[in-house]
Order: sequence, then C-alpha cells, then structure tokens
Amino acid sequence: MTKKQIELIAQDISAVEKPINRARLVKAPEHFIPQELIADINANGLDETRRGFLRKGFFSALGGVAAGLLAPSAFAAGEGDPAILEKQEWQTTLGKNVATMPYGVPSIYEANLIRRESPGLTRVSAASVAFTPLQGLFGTITPNGLHFERHHQGWYNLNPETHRLMVNGMVKNARVFTMNDLMRMPSVSRTHFIECGANTGLEWGNVAVPTVQYTHGMLSCCEFTGVPLKVLLEECGADLKKGKFLLAEGGDGSGMTRTINLESCLEDTIVAWSMNGEMLRPENGFPLRLVVPGVQGVSWVKWLRRLEVGDMPWNSKDEAVHYIELMPDGMHRQYASIQECKSVITTPSGGQQLLDKGFYNVSGMAWSGRGKIKRVDVSFDGGNNWRTARLETPILTKSITRFNIDWVWDGSPAILQSRAIDDTGYIQPSIKILRDARGNRSIYHNNAIQSWKLDSNGEVSNVQVG
Amino acid sequence: MCKLDKSFARLVLFSLTVFSAQLTYAQSTQGSKFPGIGRNATPAEVIAWDIDVRPDFKGLPKGSGSVAQGQVIWESKCASCHGVFGESNEIFTPIAGGTTADDVKTGKVASLADRKQPQRTTLMKVPTVSTLWDYIYRAMPWNAPRSLTPDDTYALVAFILSLGEIVPDDFVLSNSNMAEVQKKMPNRNGMTRNHGFWSVNGKPDVNGSSCMNNCVKFVQIGSSLPDFARNAHGNIAEQNRLYGPYRGSDSTKPPPAKLPGSTGEGLAHASDTHSQNTKGPAALFKNENCSACHAPNAKLVGPSIADIAAKYQGQGGAQEKLMAKVKNGGAGVWGAIPMPPQSQLSDEDRKTLVVWMLSGDK
Repeated sequence: MTKKQIELIAQDISAVEKPINRARLVKAPEHFIPQELIADINANGLDETRRGFLRKGFFSALGGVAAGLLAPSAFAAGEGDPAILEKQEWQTTLGKNVATMPYGVPSIYEANLIRRESPGLTRVSAASVAFTPLQGLFGTITPNGLHFERHHQGWYNLNPETHRLMVNGMVKNARVFTMNDLMRMPSVSRTHFIECGANTGLEWGNVAVPTVQYTHGMLSCCEFTGVPLKVLLEECGADLKKGKFLLAEGGDGSGMTRTINLESCLEDTIVAWSMNGEMLRPENGFPLRLVVPGVQGVSWVKWLRRLEVGDMPWNSKDEAVHYIELMPDGMHRQYASIQECKSVITTPSGGQQLLDKGFYNVSGMAWSGRGKIKRVDVSFDGGNNWRTARLETPILTKSITRFNIDWVWDGSPAILQSRAIDDTGYIQPSIKILRDARGNRSIYHNNAIQSWKLDSNGEVSNVQVG
Repeated sequence: MCKLDKSFARLVLFSLTVFSAQLTYAQSTQGSKFPGIGRNATPAEVIAWDIDVRPDFKGLPKGSGSVAQGQVIWESKCASCHGVFGESNEIFTPIAGGTTADDVKTGKVASLADRKQPQRTTLMKVPTVSTLWDYIYRAMPWNAPRSLTPDDTYALVAFILSLGEIVPDDFVLSNSNMAEVQKKMPNRNGMTRNHGFWSVNGKPDVNGSSCMNNCVKFVQIGSSLPDFARNAHGNIAEQNRLYGPYRGSDSTKPPPAKLPGSTGEGLAHASDTHSQNTKGPAALFKNENCSACHAPNAKLVGPSIADIAAKYQGQGGAQEKLMAKVKNGGAGVWGAIPMPPQSQLSDEDRKTLVVWMLSGDK
C-alpha cells in the first residue's frame, strides 16, 4: 500500500466514522447502509428485496437517532437504563474488518484531546508551540500523536536514506554515519520526560491561561531508543578530557544549535531514532534526535545532523538571545538547562467541571531533571494541610511519575495543590519563593506549585496563591 | 632464476597488497569497536556542514560588508518581517532599540534593570557579535535559510549594529575587525553562568517547604484569570472528554449556578464530539456528505474518486458535464443506484469539488 493510499483510507474512515450529533438537526444519516449490502448491490444489482433492505436501513437509522435523543435522561423514569435495556448497533450488526485502519487512530470520542496552540502566544505557526492535552492523559507515557511540538523554523519529513550524522571537532577522525550505520550500533531504551524550558513560563507574572494543557503542556514522556552518545563519541576518538562541550546541530532550516555540557550529560544522553516503539514522528525529529535527560527540551535537537566536540560553549542564538533568564538586577542567567523538580495535578485541573459531590481519584504527574521522585504531597486547602499521595511504579530517573490520591469532595470550595520532592531532597517551591529569588520576568524554569480552585458549582479554575 | 625472481616479485606484490589493504582498514577502524560502521568525513563535507561561528570567532569565514550594503539587503529580504529599522513587533520580537551609548561603554544594558524599555530587543540581550553572524548565516532569511553569502552576512550584521549605534553608518564589518566590535556590544557583560542549572549536580537557588499541617496562617489568592479571558482559549468543553468524571467547562457561557449533578444535565455529551474542522476540497467533500457514498479509492454506493478521475481523464467538457450531474443528480453511468441532486451546493463549491475529483484528489 502506498503512503497516499494509507492517507486516503484514513480520510475515508474519519468521514464515515462520525458520531451522530444529537444536539443539532441531523443531515442525511451516513452510516446506515451496511457494507455487506453495498457489496451485494454492487455485485448483484438492485432488486425489490434489496430495495426493501435499503428502506429499512433508512428507517432504523432514523429510529436510532430518536432513541439516542432520549438516552441521557431516560433512566430515572423507566424500567432501567436504556443503555442496558435497548440493543445497541454494535451488539446487533457486524463490526469492521481487521486492518480497516492499517495504522490505528483513537476513538472518534477522543477527538477533543488534541495538541493545541495558545492563541496570541506566537505569531508564526512555523515557530510556535502546540501543547499536549495533559488533562486527558493517564499514566506516564505520552501517546506519540500528542507529544508537544515546538519548532523554530517549521518541520519536515526528512528522507532517512539521505540523512547523515557527522561527528567532528575534537575527535580523532571526523566521521559520517548513515541511519543504517547508527541503527546497527548497540542501543538502549530508556523512558524520560522532555519539558520545554519555557513550560509554565506564561505564569511568572500572573495567571495567564485557563487549563493544564496551556500551563504545563510543553511536557511529554516517552521511551526513547538509540545509541548512547558516549558510545558514539568514543567510537570517533573524541578527546573528552579537553572537549567538555558538545554542539548539537539540527538539519532543519533553523540549523538549530545547542551546546551540551558533556561533564553533566555524557553519561545518559542518547542519539535516538525511536519513540514509544516506533520511529520518531516527523514533528519530533524523525529520523534522529538528541535525548538529553533532565535538560530542557530545546537541547534535544531534532533532525540531528551534526555533533561537534569543543572546548567552549558556542553562544548560539538560542543560548544567547533566547532561553536566557532575566533576573531582577538586569543580568541574564545563561545556560540554565536543568529542569528542576516539579509536579501538577492533571485531573481535576483548570477549566474542568466536576459533576457532583462524592469520591474522586485526584491524579497528576511529577518529574525531576536531577533524579527520581521521592514523594508527592497534595493539599486541598490551598497549602495549609497536606497528605502524601500514592506513587505509581516504576519510578524512573528523569522521568514522569504518576501520583494518585483518594478524595471525597463535600461540595465546599477547595484549592488543590501538589508538591513533589526528588531524591536529592529538593522540594518543589511556591511561586512566591521563586519570584522572591528571580523576579517575574525570567520566562524560563517556572517549577512552582500549581493551584487549582474548585468552586461549589464544580468548576475548577487556575489561580495563584500568595 | 628468472622464474624464481618472478615468483618472488609476485610474493612481494601480494604482501604489499595485503599490507596496504590492512593499512586502509586500520585507518578507518583504528580503535573501533564497530568495524564496518561509519566512515571518515571528507574535508569538503566538513566544510559544507561545519559552519558554526564561536564567540572566539573560530569558524568565521573571511569577508566583509558595509552598513550601506546591509541596508539594501535588509530592505529586500528582512524588513518585511523585522521592519525597516528592526523595530517591528508584528511577527518576531524587535531586533533593535533599548540600548544606549552608555551601554556600549559599560557592556551592560541599563534598561534591563530599570524596566524603562517595555520589551527586550535582540540588541539588548545578545552578548556576542558572533551569535548574530552565526544565526543570520545559518538560518536567515526565515523562508530561505542558507541563501546569504558570507559578505551578505557581514553587511547585515553591520547594518543591525548601526541600528543600535554600536558602529557608525559608514562602517565596514569584516573578519579582521569583529573582535574590536565585540568590545562594543552593549550587553557583553550582561550574562551570568553563576547558577546551579548548567550541571545536574549544581546547587538549586531555592527550596520549598515540606510542612504537612497548619502550614499557612491564611490562604490568599493572588491572581486568577479575569472574566473576559474565560473563553480566550476557545471553548474548554471541546478540549476535554465529554464523558468520565471531569468535563470541560462551557467557557462560552458564564459559570453554572449550581452543580450539574451525576447525569451531567446541561453539559455536552460524548455524542457531541466533533472532528476538528478542516478546510479545502477534501473537507468540503466530507462536510457535504459526498463521502457517505464516494470514497477516494474504494467503490461504496457510488464510484470512487479515483475511478471518476480515470474515466474522465483527458475528456473535453468533463468538468461542465460533471458539474451538471452533481447539481441535477444522475443515474446509469456507474450502477443502479441513482445519485440524488445536490442543489444545496453553491456553484463555487460545486466547481471546487468537481475540479478536485477530476484531479483524482491531487
């Protein structure tokens, strides 16, 4: 099957698979003629029997819509839940064939959970951000199609056959590797979070955005597979005694360049081609990207084409004009790279609506660029009292840890917070502590405790405490 | 003897061949753990890709360019995004502004501390002139990176520096005076690496509290989203699942007066899920429900688009014929089931769809 055909089939599926819209006038019902009948009519023509089936098809499609309209409220009055008492289409008809979707896609009912841009944040979509919908995710792994996007000059589908990685600078021999070469080398598979240095950067001064997708959605976590940087550099005869710095360069139009601190990052950096079991997605650097665990996402250079070992940092545009942090005295912190310990409650979170009082599983994510998560505490009263949450396993270094805590909501207003502690003993700070140290113009590395206010009407909103 | 000599010569030649082959092998895999993987880069390849310029000017190619030359290039290739004077804030943040003659002397931009400048410009931040040269050469113009020559780049950097009055209007920037210009960069002393974020073992500048009970005297909300911003990110209801314990708030409406209750009365439900809006003929085809009967490649109730395109390929008047068929409906060409008239379509949409179909969805 060609690429074009796969795309076309995906379009067919999304066109045919559309939920019936109860709230509006329904256009011509689309999904009422069974595939078998179509095949039959195509093969044998249309006779009276088949005409009868067609009429019946129309009728039952309309009937289905009418029943659907009643479904949400019918339970209270009748003999029971129509979802149980009435037969559903999927119980009474034949389902789709295997490989109807050769590359599977989420249920149509998941269509709301997609990457989104924050309106007004950037003015050019080729140098913008699309945020991960953390409010709908479970566990620790980000589905590949929802991994956040940040490009500096647009993205491309690079041809893996012509992609090359050059290693030069303070090495015995400047070397060139093809994808064939790299994928023959000994590989490792490790799960790590990637967070943009500017994640939550909109909130240094005040609350600016409504939901966790926009406050924390430049965060993803995947299992990456690739060759360890150290293996590759040693193979090229790198002078790692004098060469303490590495320039990583991307193959996109921005020729993205970032200096990597080899003293800090040599041991766990990966030259990766895979993300969650498949090749990297084009938006995430296909076919090759650098994975620098614990370090801000901008250093995870995508479409990686060159590594140069050197004896001083390069001061590239994204380390001398951007990704620098303005301090109150007018100085900029340069090469601030580590993503410190941070956590956020993802459900319930800003912009969400609770239906009723009672039991809830409050859940969120915690991560640290310096190691493992040791503990997460949750407060329901704006930080006055805290309870320790359950941590899901495995707890991996420089990776996301999922936490959960039981909670019975009595219907009164509450302010939900989480704070994480990592295995260095560092405790996630409040926004006040951060502002006292760094002012509010830093943009980057805001790892403050997030507060969500729950009103008695069940609505959750983004607030800052203190 | 002669014969012996010959075999001896052959032996020598053989050994030489083996030796030189081994030599070549050794060159490419000396100390290698992975024989057969990778190869040495040629000098031309390294030159082609290793274009970075460091703060010590390693990598800076020879060349020069004047402010006047830079202005000409700027106005044709850069001003549309950055403004004639590098002042534009429309597409990217401004390049020039906010620096003073005093900053050129001190090497620290005063407006970064006194907050008199509303927005930080590139010249207020960038400490090293090499950064400007490297980035412009590697990535500008925005839509045509790597199209500038080294001389163009010198000229553009000279022009930008002149906008900040770092160099005079008649200045010619070259590889030989870059180091002198560096001494005038207004924010050359404005960077610090005195922090704990460069290394994983660095010392954090703050730490939180691990207090568990009665930690604060009172809880004060310092900031919340203003009412007018409630719907600024689109309807939050459409950005959450429409089932499960948490729905999105309908941000097109004011907050609800009371709890919705367990049935979620008044809230959107799963069946309200919409696929994301797309544009173009394919979306029109889908939205107008043509796709209920026609698929791109497979025969459904009606023929596939590919079949239609193939049948009418190269036929004169095909577009008019099909446009009429779409409007009035038709039967008998492809099978027994007639296609109903699509009179709801505007003429423009009809044309768009027919042209798209005849192209075979190209």
